[in-house]
Amino acid sequence: MIDPEAIQNIAKLARLKVTAEEAAELGEQLTKVLAHFQQISQIDTAGVEPLVTPSDIDFYTRPDVAHNPNTTEEILQNAPEKGGNLFKVPPVV
Amino acid sequence: MQLTEASFKEVRDAVLKKEISAVEITKHFLTRSEKLNPQLNAYITMNTEALAEAQKIDQRIAQGEAVGPLAGISFGIKDLLCTRGLKTTAGSKILGNFIPPYDSTVVRRLKNAGAIVLGKMNLDEFAMGSSNETSFFGKCHNPWNTNHVPGGSSGGSAAAQASRLVMGTIGTDTGGSIRQPASFCGVVGVKPTYGRISRYGIVAYASSLDQAGPIVSSIEDAALTLEVISGHDENDSTTSQKTVPAFSKNLSRNMKGMKIGLLKEYKTGELHFDITKTFERAIEELKKAGAEIVEVSVPLTEFAVPMYYLIAASEASSNLARYDGVKFGYRADFKDLSSLSLDDFYSQTRGEGFGKEVKRRIMLGTYCLSSGYYDAYYNKACQVRRLLREQYLEVFKTCDAILSPVTTSPAFKIGERSSDALKMYLNDIFTTATNLAGLPGLSVPFGFSEQGLPIGIQLTGAHFEEQKILNVAYALEECAQLTNANGQKRIPDVY
Repeated sequence: MIDPEAIQNIAKLARLKVTAEEAAELGEQLTKVLAHFQQISQIDTAGVEPLVTPSDIDFYTRPDVAHNPNTTEEILQNAPEKGGNLFKVPPVV
Repeated sequence: MQLTEASFKEVRDAVLKKEISAVEITKHFLTRSEKLNPQLNAYITMNTEALAEAQKIDQRIAQGEAVGPLAGISFGIKDLLCTRGLKTTAGSKILGNFIPPYDSTVVRRLKNAGAIVLGKMNLDEFAMGSSNETSFFGKCHNPWNTNHVPGGSSGGSAAAQASRLVMGTIGTDTGGSIRQPASFCGVVGVKPTYGRISRYGIVAYASSLDQAGPIVSSIEDAALTLEVISGHDENDSTTSQKTVPAFSKNLSRNMKGMKIGLLKEYKTGELHFDITKTFERAIEELKKAGAEIVEVSVPLTEFAVPMYYLIAASEASSNLARYDGVKFGYRADFKDLSSLSLDDFYSQTRGEGFGKEVKRRIMLGTYCLSSGYYDAYYNKACQVRRLLREQYLEVFKTCDAILSPVTTSPAFKIGERSSDALKMYLNDIFTTATNLAGLPGLSVPFGFSEQGLPIGIQLTGAHFEEQKILNVAYALEECAQLTNANGQKRIPDVY
């Protein structure tokens, strides 16, 4: 059982505010889901390299040339709060 | 011209011959959408510039300029694909006011081909869901019976397509999100091979699984749309540089010499009677058409759902870290930033901005990636994923396509499965393996349940063999039982 304390710890890692009520519900559901998903542990995967992308793709790198498709105003237009040309945030240092 | 029945090619040719204008087509579908959408909630945003954009296409034709293969065709775009200047929400409060400063590659290619974007379609929040019930902008309804879900996550696209609010739509598919709603709504949905279509500008859910594709009314329209949106893109390094075949020109119903595989593992006892009946009829029709039916086995498909959710949730927890309330999107209402810690700032914003299911998956993913659990969950799932892919590669040495149901039952009722997360996740047993292995898959409508709900048939192909599954579906489409007693094509009541 993933207890509420463990849930709060994961929530902290995920930067997600979770109420006590939500934590209880999440604990119950994640426990149930993970118990079911546990079945993959029975498969022998000794020495198998994990697959992180599914197709045989020749990863392409484009020429390192800067493009400027947008103006500063366009990029800033979605900012919740700004000051001049800057995004406004709480003190970080 | 009966616009709700006509193929893309017929309409486009009429536009080029000036028999009908792009403006007339756009007006027709905008009017339908305004009238019928309130029953369905298929749209999140309508494009107020659609008529102006159609006018430009007409002007270009008048001036003798070349316009693309989708000239004048009305499209609905899942609200997960960025559209320049048109709100893109991902069905979430956290992106509720986001106006992208650029087009996703898929949308840019559609526009370059002459298509007109009519609006942005409803979806499960961040594409996380199988019923379109998790959208911040409200549930979407199945046009065949509005008490039922349209499926998800591309529920708005499939519902709009079934009721012909538009001529074509685009969805995305991470674990079945194109094929399942297409099946529930009685339309065609294609998830191409991973790497066939650029993910640039598509709000990321699980980057190693996500692919966009068409949800349309026929295999012919699907093939043409695929031709337009496929191909290498320098903005997505995972796109393939393979030449895109002329899918629509190469369509063939000739099934002679085709080997169709039936997965032993999919013979589950939990299949709804109507699904079994429809599926068995599809097998018989393909036999009659000259295809050879062979039994194949991919034993690890049994573990596809756990593998899928462990990997998708892990990738999601990482991808969704970008929603921090700084550069774009929702920010909690803070009175004073100066006395706030950065952690509280993030946590409060994200706690208010994300819905329940998204939080659940971020939490699941964070757990699976956290130290002490990484090896047992995320890494283990990726190892099994490699073995699953290898089993599929073996199977495609012995058959051309795999035929299977899309879901265990027709569209379920709204609210029926939303309270139990695990039950909802288990809906996806026939669709997730395709994404894990990066294979192309599709759903083609083939019949109806006794209750009058559509049932699709799924085809899965080898990597980059979309043409083969399109061809089998093209053959099935011809013998699908989609007409009523009077021999007319059955249509939803809202039609």
